[in-house]
Amino acid sequence: MATVAVIDYGMGNLHSIEKALKSVSPESTIQVTADKELILSADHIVFPGVGAIRDCMAALRASGLDETIKQVARDKPILGICIGMQALLQHSEENGGVDCLGLLNGKVIKFPKGLKDPAGDKLKIPHMGWNQVNNDGKNPLFQGIAQNERFYFVHSYHASQVDTAIISAHSSYPDDFPCALQQKNILAVQFHPEKSQHAGLQLLKNFLNWDGQS
Amino acid sequence: MGLAKRIIPCLDVDNGRVVKGVKFVDIRDAGDPVEIARRYDREGADEITFLDITASSDNRETMVHMVEQVAGEVFIPLTVGGGIRKLEDISRMLKAGADKVGINTAAIFNPEFVKQAAERFGSQCIVVAIDAKCVSSDGEAKRWEIFTHGGRKETGLDAVDWAKKMVAFGAGEILLTSMDRDGTKIGFDLELTRAISDAVDVPVIASGGVGSLDHLAEGVTQGKADAVLAASIFHFAEFSIGEAKQHMQAKGIEVRL
Repeated sequence: MATVAVIDYGMGNLHSIEKALKSVSPESTIQVTADKELILSADHIVFPGVGAIRDCMAALRASGLDETIKQVARDKPILGICIGMQALLQHSEENGGVDCLGLLNGKVIKFPKGLKDPAGDKLKIPHMGWNQVNNDGKNPLFQGIAQNERFYFVHSYHASQVDTAIISAHSSYPDDFPCALQQKNILAVQFHPEKSQHAGLQLLKNFLNWDGQS
Repeated sequence: MGLAKRIIPCLDVDNGRVVKGVKFVDIRDAGDPVEIARRYDREGADEITFLDITASSDNRETMVHMVEQVAGEVFIPLTVGGGIRKLEDISRMLKAGADKVGINTAAIFNPEFVKQAAERFGSQCIVVAIDAKCVSSDGEAKRWEIFTHGGRKETGLDAVDWAKKMVAFGAGEILLTSMDRDGTKIGFDLELTRAISDAVDVPVIASGGVGSLDHLAEGVTQGKADAVLAASIFHFAEFSIGEAKQHMQAKGIEVRL
């Protein structure tokens, strides 16, 4: 039976992601865990996160789970969500600058103040709500998901200076920013699939059906 | 094309039951929050807010259980407000599956609570609820103040200043209710909504007074709200969420359909 480990490093609400995974794959064993052995032996790894990057990185380092993530990221299908995605990059400018795991090349920067939409209205920070996701049509995560489908976002920082080759999808606010990345077996999304209704559940299902190879 | 304006149905929950009468013909138990949440999810609600109106400690367990049930099958953001006074209250709701909590009275008595909550759980899950009433006389420049206890007790706090302060303290979103309009069905206080939305950088949810689909649209086009919240027009099945979204789209507002 397939096992899925949701990495629990004390940052935020993992109930939703656990329930969403159960709902798309009732036959899988979903483990919300900080146990390194369980994570290392799982078939699929989900790396979620909310809150501030400094606290996330501190919690990962204190628990040694940073090394576990690096280990599984060598060959296991792993999905970083929100801060989980940001933590996979090299560096975030949040909290005065924090070094991240560096499994993906790129940085995390803040949306600038004073952004306006095309009609001239102020764009709020955090970028919160349902925005369209424009994918490259190649990523296994987006199979069966319509182009420009909406997903739920809530974040003030976003990926930047990422290798074009690993960008699977963009969103815009109002400028384009990468919201889904893939490098071999490593997947990462800025939005919350567990909160994005049908499209989000489909994406999670695609992830669990994916072997990390194609 | 870009970020959609959100429509958020709000359920008032008293001891685990939805109150204010719900008249869906196709719902078996109209008082069951789980069944109503399921229905709103099907209709395309962008988020759902639950307001615990009893907020007595005895009923807290019931609320936690309800959130757990809803979060197990409804995969859109859930906010829980009412009686959130301690970090422990927030932690319990988030663990039960809520994505955000609404803090109202506790923020007024202890603004530092908002700061602590945002530091511990992140601003993204801290919604500060503001109940405001117009206090200026006719002919004067409009001014609103914060009221507590369902609009009965004044605090003397200026609503715009208070909203700015709460954002500075870490609120990730403002849920703004006009106590003058709440329950009137004559529409949002658009000037109030606009004043707060212009004053802060975080999203503002307009609430209080919705009686028609035009009111929802005006909240966005004139009030500059990022999201609109309503209870009774959806509970009494006067309009579905889908109809509301179609209407807003026809008015040129970007929505998730």
